[in-house]
Amino acid sequence: MGVQLQMKQGELIALLDGEIDHHGARELREEIDAAVQRTKPRLLTLDFSGVQFMDSSGVGLIMGRYRMMSEWGGEVCVANLPPRLEKLVSLAGIRELCTVISGKEGKA
Amino acid sequence: MRTSAINEMKVSFPSASANESFARAAVAAFAAQLDPTVDELSDVRTAVSEAVTNCIVHAYRDTIGEITLTVRIYEGRRLVIQVKDKGCGIEDVEKAMEPLFTTGGEERAGLGFAVMESFMNRLRVTSHPGKGTCVTMEKRLSGRSGHGR
Repeated sequence: MGVQLQMKQGELIALLDGEIDHHGARELREEIDAAVQRTKPRLLTLDFSGVQFMDSSGVGLIMGRYRMMSEWGGEVCVANLPPRLEKLVSLAGIRELCTVISGKEGKA
Repeated sequence: MRTSAINEMKVSFPSASANESFARAAVAAFAAQLDPTVDELSDVRTAVSEAVTNCIVHAYRDTIGEITLTVRIYEGRRLVIQVKDKGCGIEDVEKAMEPLFTTGGEERAGLGFAVMESFMNRLRVTSHPGKGTCVTMEKRLSGRSGHGR
């Protein structure tokens, strides 16, 4: 589990990896938030292509970042969402808050 | 009359968040004998993760206590999972089960019970304030061709 951060032309990309649960979410959140506060991007892309598992802690992670980005009118995009995470993302109504781009089955 | 389980496992562990992944893995390893589909296994792992996280975040909010996880297999490919704690209990179970209701703060989505309810076939929550909570959930696994009894 971890995150790799890249900034390009006003867009911050967070490449997430591994299993996102309550245990791991805190560290991810702190790393992403530090970069978001430093760069104040107009778009934050959370790339889920490397995520093998996620529970509602991952939903909390997306919603919390959405709230933060909204402070300056920034947007959040959930990219490369593996098919197995679709059910949870639909249940949580994430599509009402941000753009969700479906991906292929992950590296798992 | 209660039918007896075909197989059963029980494990208990302290409510440290590092054990969330352990609980998921333990249930998945035990359920493997039923040869569940990838989707079924993913549903079960997610529901277990929610139940155990609830114990850690809510039942034992400022302390570490014991979580007991019991998994039973019944006739008809029924997997019954029980997650028990001796924590603070829930005053109003109905309210706690409402989607988006949370006392866990900004970073919690308030979806734990909603996930358990929609990812499993049955969910029952009993709680006694000051004594603890017991979450019982059941998943009926589909029969797979070539893997019949």
